[in-house]
Amino acid sequence: MPEFEELVYREALKAALREELARDERVFLMGEDIADPFGGSYKVTLGLSTEFGTARVRNTPISELAIVGAAVGAALAGMRPIAEIMYIDFMTLAMDQLVNQAASIRYMSGGQVKVPLVIRTQGGAGRSSAAQHAKSLEAWFCHIPGLKVVMPSTAADAKGLLKASIRDDNPVLFIEHKLLTLQTLKEPVPVGEHVVPLGVADVKREGSDVTVVATGRMVQLSLEAADVLAGEGISVEVVDPRTLVPLDAEAILRSVAKTHRAVVVYEAFARHGFGAEIAAMIAEQVFDELDAPVVRVAGANTPIPFAPKLEKMVIPSAESIAAAVRGTLARSL
Amino acid sequence: MTAVPVELLHAMLASMWRIRAFEERSIELFQAGELPGFLHAQIGQEAVCVGTCSALNDDDYLTSTHRGHGDIIAKGGRLDRMFAELYAKETGYCRGKGGSMHIFDFSLGILGANGIVGAGLPIATGAALASQLRGSQQVAVSFFGDGATNEGAFHEALNMASVWKLPAVFVCQNNEYAESTPRRIQQNIQDIAARAVGYDIPGVVVDGMDVLAVYEVVSEAVARARRGDGPTLVEAKTYRYLGHYVGDPGLYRTKEEVEEAMTRDPLTSFERKLTTAGILSEEHCRTIEAGVRLEVEAAVEFGRTSPEPHESIAFEDVYA
Repeated sequence: MPEFEELVYREALKAALREELARDERVFLMGEDIADPFGGSYKVTLGLSTEFGTARVRNTPISELAIVGAAVGAALAGMRPIAEIMYIDFMTLAMDQLVNQAASIRYMSGGQVKVPLVIRTQGGAGRSSAAQHAKSLEAWFCHIPGLKVVMPSTAADAKGLLKASIRDDNPVLFIEHKLLTLQTLKEPVPVGEHVVPLGVADVKREGSDVTVVATGRMVQLSLEAADVLAGEGISVEVVDPRTLVPLDAEAILRSVAKTHRAVVVYEAFARHGFGAEIAAMIAEQVFDELDAPVVRVAGANTPIPFAPKLEKMVIPSAESIAAAVRGTLARSL
Repeated sequence: MTAVPVELLHAMLASMWRIRAFEERSIELFQAGELPGFLHAQIGQEAVCVGTCSALNDDDYLTSTHRGHGDIIAKGGRLDRMFAELYAKETGYCRGKGGSMHIFDFSLGILGANGIVGAGLPIATGAALASQLRGSQQVAVSFFGDGATNEGAFHEALNMASVWKLPAVFVCQNNEYAESTPRRIQQNIQDIAARAVGYDIPGVVVDGMDVLAVYEVVSEAVARARRGDGPTLVEAKTYRYLGHYVGDPGLYRTKEEVEEAMTRDPLTSFERKLTTAGILSEEHCRTIEAGVRLEVEAAVEFGRTSPEPHESIAFEDVYA
């Protein structure tokens, strides 16, 4: 039996970084304001530059394109860089290096090279940071062949998936949700070697009436909704893909085949989002199993507003998820 | 010139002819409809490719551009695998998945030609960072054109390399045109090297039609990088004899301007220097050229007769 420690999400991320820095000298971190005493804008890296030195845990200029580009070059040259991009919104400044370079180079070179790098970034709304620091842009990256996309929803997954991402030989976009990073809830996290393979979903709650497929922080909200619905006699199964690419399609389809109803929950703008892909996949592959249409619960198709009252309105809540589940149970094909 | 070993002078001349002959032949094949895609010829810029790469070790890193055949050849790229790639064949450097703009030879430290203007600079910066972290003494060189110096990537990379004192050399092949746009209406500076001031690194202008001048300047920049003293920006003033791509008639510049540049031809002038100094005879120069043209012909034949990529290759190497 593995030994567990009680860690918050942020500490679990740091544990993964610390262990991998100690394990593999090719691993290094770079990003804006990640070194001590500041320790990163979400304090994930606090203490690491003191422990491992500022050569391996280094502050960068505010140059997102060069940060990701340098990660690509260092990865090609045999290192295993972890670059932090402070907000996923800032990835817009580095898209060429991730999309045209990192994701394509292996293929374009006829398989001559590997590009083992991790971009750690955080996304999501909930802190009144308005439209340039709060988006959920995972779908953009899921669209690109050659990239892997990871969204951990628990502290244990955060640690295990980050370790797997660092050891992966491909470019990985690792998206932490800002509210999860800030939460003070301690969760049991396996001590030491805990690697969660990329491409394996996790059933966060078993149920029999409806499948909720949720990503990132939406997993937590879906579990809250499931608790409420249990009181109404509704049994909800919550499936967390954990990695969007590669996707554990099998786990999702198996669950839908069991419950015959599916609600897909994601925080991003509803239009063309990750959940649209899941809905299409369910429709294409297990349509005959469905007792009701697949429903999406997602962000509104608006920029993220500043006012807390308005911000809450444009992202899913436990209430809106519960309402969608009730709605799907009321329908039949 | 006396300081440069005779063998290296021979090798430089052969390498310049290899580039010229490769480009001339690829243009013919392209115009004959044998090569798919499009082609950006580097004719006129050979001295920059060869002067720079002659100052490098095999394990030094290089990033190149959409106009990069000469860069790859100068770093030691194999002509047969290059032509095979231009022919989109399975034996090509990229198994037919990259083409003219994306030739890689990782075994020679070539981290790719690149279809995105300016993208190689941050990548070379990262390779230089890897070298610095390992203490491996490798230098990373990035080639780019004058147009790339207006990209954010140029500025971000120079600043980062400067602040971290990385072993990088940024070599601008200033051929005076960004596609069809002349420098005077895309940047308000006389010398691109002046931009080095903003990063407190050396910025050196060199005659890009003079292979020995380029060799000397880049050798010094490479030595500086290996010493741990940081990056250098080299501006090699050169000229693109042909249009932006093969098929572009270049109506945006005058015949006189092109002819004037050709009077400074890097191959002719280097041969003149070598023969005047008694290092090579005219006959020897022609022997080198003829040998290279045979080499090119064999490479064309290899490309032409190689198999097309197997269908499965389309789906391979998306992920490692």
